[in-house]
Amino acid sequence: MKKFERLTSTVVPLPIENIDTDQIIPARFLKATTREGFGNNLFRDWRYDGQNEPKPDFVLNSPVYSGKVLVAGKNFGCGSSREHAAWAIQDYGFDAVVSSFFADIFKGNALNNGLLPVQVSDAFLHAIFEAVSKDPATQLVIDLENQTISLPATGISESFEINPYKKACLINGYDDIDFILNQKEEITKFEQERVSFG
Amino acid sequence: MSKTLVEKIWDAHVVKSEEGFPDILYIDTHLIHEVTSPQAFDGLRKRGLPVLRPKQTVATADHNVPTIDQHLPIKEELSRYQVDMLTKNCAEFGVELYGLGHPFQGIVHVIGPELGITLPGKTMVCGDSHTSTHGAFGAIAFGIGTSQVEQVLATQCLLQQKPKTMKIEVNGTLNAGVRAKDIILYIISKISAAGGTGYFIEYAGTAIQSLSMEARMTICNMSIEMGARGGLIAPDEITFEYVKGRRFAPQGEAWDKALAYWKTLYSDADAQFDSVLSFDAADIEPMITYGTNPGMGMGITQHIPATAAQPDSEQFSYQKALDYMGFKDDEPLLGKQVDYVFIGSCTNSRIEDLREVAEFVYGRQKAPNVEVWIVPGSKQVEKQAIEEGLDKVFEAAGFGLREPGCSACLGMNEDKIPAGKYCISTSNRNFEGRQGPNARTLLVSPLTAAAAAVTGQITDVRTLLNHPELA
Repeated sequence: MKKFERLTSTVVPLPIENIDTDQIIPARFLKATTREGFGNNLFRDWRYDGQNEPKPDFVLNSPVYSGKVLVAGKNFGCGSSREHAAWAIQDYGFDAVVSSFFADIFKGNALNNGLLPVQVSDAFLHAIFEAVSKDPATQLVIDLENQTISLPATGISESFEINPYKKACLINGYDDIDFILNQKEEITKFEQERVSFG
Repeated sequence: MSKTLVEKIWDAHVVKSEEGFPDILYIDTHLIHEVTSPQAFDGLRKRGLPVLRPKQTVATADHNVPTIDQHLPIKEELSRYQVDMLTKNCAEFGVELYGLGHPFQGIVHVIGPELGITLPGKTMVCGDSHTSTHGAFGAIAFGIGTSQVEQVLATQCLLQQKPKTMKIEVNGTLNAGVRAKDIILYIISKISAAGGTGYFIEYAGTAIQSLSMEARMTICNMSIEMGARGGLIAPDEITFEYVKGRRFAPQGEAWDKALAYWKTLYSDADAQFDSVLSFDAADIEPMITYGTNPGMGMGITQHIPATAAQPDSEQFSYQKALDYMGFKDDEPLLGKQVDYVFIGSCTNSRIEDLREVAEFVYGRQKAPNVEVWIVPGSKQVEKQAIEEGLDKVFEAAGFGLREPGCSACLGMNEDKIPAGKYCISTSNRNFEGRQGPNARTLLVSPLTAAAAAVTGQITDVRTLLNHPELA
């Protein structure tokens, strides 16, 4: 899994709430059997029109915004469990997503792929959108070790939560399977000792 | 110590719990399908690992299969490849597959319960967010991503944080024309598409207890539409009666033992929930959604809430949703023409749903302006419907009964709603483009969908309930 430590980058703002995984990657693009290439269809129907021409008013098609951090409105990633959503965001080139609220399954999927979901306060999210609309070159700094996110241009900063185990996974680039495989004896013991019904 | 139902089942499945780490949770049953499993099998190959307990995994093909001519090779090349890949992976790793052509094939959340694979007290996962459906039996069941599918295949366990618990009570008697789908759409409209995030929800109260198993599945199915990964209902006589005699349910002495255990599966009277909500069944009318998330729902006779009435920070997204739907503030939806009616999906494609639709349309005709797709949840549902003559009722009304699959719920196969068209749908998501690029989805119960099928417009089904047995 990809390691994550500290990131300083400009951001791509998407100030829309309840962005569901069908927007991130529509179901008709889930037919691949590998994890690669989903970035081409990230936000497909917002990004391209019916003739597959880029829609100029969508932020990913704007020459003004770029960066390794996607910043979006609350309840990001709601809907389907498709991990393809996290793969698409990562494949496109993002290393982190910032929102004031994440849907559970998306958050887990992101963490399992080394894509860092950073949950910030509504006020901080608003501050990012405001700073970026004034100056698209605004830099955002995410420090996973210290669990802080800051906008140096405005001087504001806040801390964010992350499960300590998942944090260690991201920093070291290891995943849950490596972890559970080390507990195989305990699993067998559990199976032998439990009473199973059906 | 007193425990909630979730805690009882969870604690019985914890292999290891360590401070600072998520629990290692043992998974009894893993359901897989063609779309979210190929990368997981690929992962096993790369790590050189087998499926640890292949007998605890069951596979089916549902998400991208066609719903006509299933006996022919799948025309769409990528779908065919994905289904073939599932067949190959199941053969290689020793997993039972109920693929196309198999009498048990169907939507993964329909076949689990009907085969008696879904049982009270189990932990169940699937790479699909509507896995919460199985919670209707008093099981811990939730959707997972593909990395977790790989994890469960490799270890039969999942690293998982214990969820918070919420109890949602619905008490009282349902009004005429109000069904389980209306109850859950009502709850979601009250607590929003994010209101259950971080929780497992236990549904309780007299209005829930009076529901059949299939209706309970409809409720639990949509838990994820308020952000809750799981939703469950304590098992009772209705549950046991449904499970008894099903193909993979325990038999004989094993049944007696299981039953004795299942009867202990309820939240203790003084168990503490992290949140408790209560609703009155009498307040619920037939529901419909008007926006692009399932939280944007209202009683079918109501007017669309005004944008200005939404919190400032939400007005932009709210307006965007109404623009997408082609609706305006304060507008009523009754009488609006629809183009498609979709009756199907893991929410509403079971035999009771089809029976209800057939009973309503019997002696009535499809409106000329609508196309109606009725997609049974499984081969067994299809067979039962044909045995009961429901297909003939549908044909007489001008619809066809298609073959089982997820179909127009997510439009991965050919069953897509064209751009700009309105679809009254018994499925679970009204997201932008969910049923096809720029398609517009209105979520309703099967009964309300049936009403639209015969009138061609959004209709308050209560005005057409002249069959006394439906009232």
